[in-house]
Amino acid sequence: MTKKILSYGLWALLLASTAQAETVFVTLEKDNALAVVDPIAGKLTATVPVGQRPRGIAISPDNKLLYIATSDDNTIRIIDTNTLKEVGKLPSGDDPETFALNPAGDRLYVSNEDDSRVTVIDIAKKKAIKEIKVGVEPEGITVSPDNQWLASASETTNMVHWIDTKTNTIVDNTLVDPRPRAMSFTADSQQLWVTSEMAGTLMILDVKTRQIIKTIKLEVQGVTSDKVQPVGVVIDSKRGKGYVALGPANRVAVINAQTFAVENVLLVGQRVWNLAFSPDQKRLYTTNGISNDISIIDLDSATVTKSLGVGTYPWGVAVKP
Amino acid sequence: MSVLHYWRALWGIVGRELWRFVTQRERFISALVRPLVWLFVFAAGFRAALGLAISPPYETYILYEVYITPGLIGMIQLFNGMQSSLSMVYDREMGSMRILMVCPLPRWFLLLSKLLAGTGVSVLQVYVFLGIAWFYDIHAPWQGYLWVLPALVLSGLMLGALGLLLSSFIKQLENFAGVMNFVIFPMFFMSTALYPLWKMKESSAFLASLAHYNPFSQAVELIRFALYAQYNPYAFIYTLVAFLVFMAAAIVGYNPSKGMMMKKGGA
Repeated sequence: MTKKILSYGLWALLLASTAQAETVFVTLEKDNALAVVDPIAGKLTATVPVGQRPRGIAISPDNKLLYIATSDDNTIRIIDTNTLKEVGKLPSGDDPETFALNPAGDRLYVSNEDDSRVTVIDIAKKKAIKEIKVGVEPEGITVSPDNQWLASASETTNMVHWIDTKTNTIVDNTLVDPRPRAMSFTADSQQLWVTSEMAGTLMILDVKTRQIIKTIKLEVQGVTSDKVQPVGVVIDSKRGKGYVALGPANRVAVINAQTFAVENVLLVGQRVWNLAFSPDQKRLYTTNGISNDISIIDLDSATVTKSLGVGTYPWGVAVKP
Repeated sequence: MSVLHYWRALWGIVGRELWRFVTQRERFISALVRPLVWLFVFAAGFRAALGLAISPPYETYILYEVYITPGLIGMIQLFNGMQSSLSMVYDREMGSMRILMVCPLPRWFLLLSKLLAGTGVSVLQVYVFLGIAWFYDIHAPWQGYLWVLPALVLSGLMLGALGLLLSSFIKQLENFAGVMNFVIFPMFFMSTALYPLWKMKESSAFLASLAHYNPFSQAVELIRFALYAQYNPYAFIYTLVAFLVFMAAAIVGYNPSKGMMMKKGGA
């Protein structure tokens, strides 16, 4: 009897631990590799080679596949999240860096910085089905959760291009602060948050009017403003809080998504660029390019609990539940 | 001699020290103002100075004020240790030492009681300081606030014993100021209280090794680890051995027939 209880207990423990365990994938730009991290144990579990200069990364909605832009190979590689083996490639155009996956997971949109174009890829057919001419140096790219809009930001033109996902044509443009870097829609698809690297601002755009409704100047006490270069931005699904990576300021700004007040700035590693939530949105993972680590932020207590070395130049981050 | 005698003597000495501390409000405030000025003014200027490498017990990047907090705790205890031995010199000049020393209990016990009294006062000061630091967003895990207590007792005893040893060398109150300058400042600055060892190594390996062997550094590291609920065995043993050495030397120093008292012509 005791044995039985014990074995049930063990099973329950095992199940509980597997249910909790999430996996964080980090692209390492200089190591040409993908770092696999167990964030609960706080350990780097594997490092697998993936191709030349991996940067942008996204996970499929069913969490089975990873898409990784290997910039110097001019392709987007598809990696199985269980075996960590390459299972295919997508034609991305030259030097892919950032890309966006639509919510259904059947289209992938790539920014081709050098050609001022966005390439639309049909994932099932592994084919580029359209190239959309946008402003100079497109970088940030994202699809609205309702799949209506594809937003593309061009760094040199300083514009957000609003592309209708049905027709793949630009419908509208919004002039924003210089060098827009990253963007994110709120879960209700009503707002688009855009960061400006040069102005050090976060702009909130209303999707209906496609106008800026609020510009927030991001500042860090004791850090000169030229170092505050906002890049990655994420917003929680309840639209309670948003988080902005401040680049060489080595901080993540916590923003109240209702009042747009900057509530806190949290110290992380050097040159923080990209951010990703844990599946339950209780933690946030940051990639710190120069200090070669990722930081783990506990969002309930708003504290950085750990910084973990992963490899040279961590760039992008994706989380599998 | 019964246990009661010991107890009465211990309580007499500790109680007198605590009473002196509580009634001297200026002393309480000045003991707190010193580390707080360092925290609010000095550390503020260095906010961005650290955050380059993570060294244990820290698991992530920290602001300078977080780093300096255990060092300032050490500072409180260092000043307190020196101050309570300063009061020994004062007691000697005023004659109350004579009453204490003729008490029919072993000298080591009387000196240890004196040390415990001083340590108790410093522990109180440290907890008040940590309370103020909490409101300045310097938070440690709650277990750390418990674990730091034994660390504080040991480091307080060690620094107090050092003060006691020094006081056995000093004949007059006036001489004490010089010792403060020659002991407190070098000890504080050549330690890990203000900068981590790796940072010192970047500029001077010699300075780093001096800091490493400075018992004050090890006391600060013991406090630093304990505050984050971690045990640093090296720092613990180093501090313990330093305490025993200082204490033994102080007991010899206060022995009228052998020690420094003799040379000075007695207390």
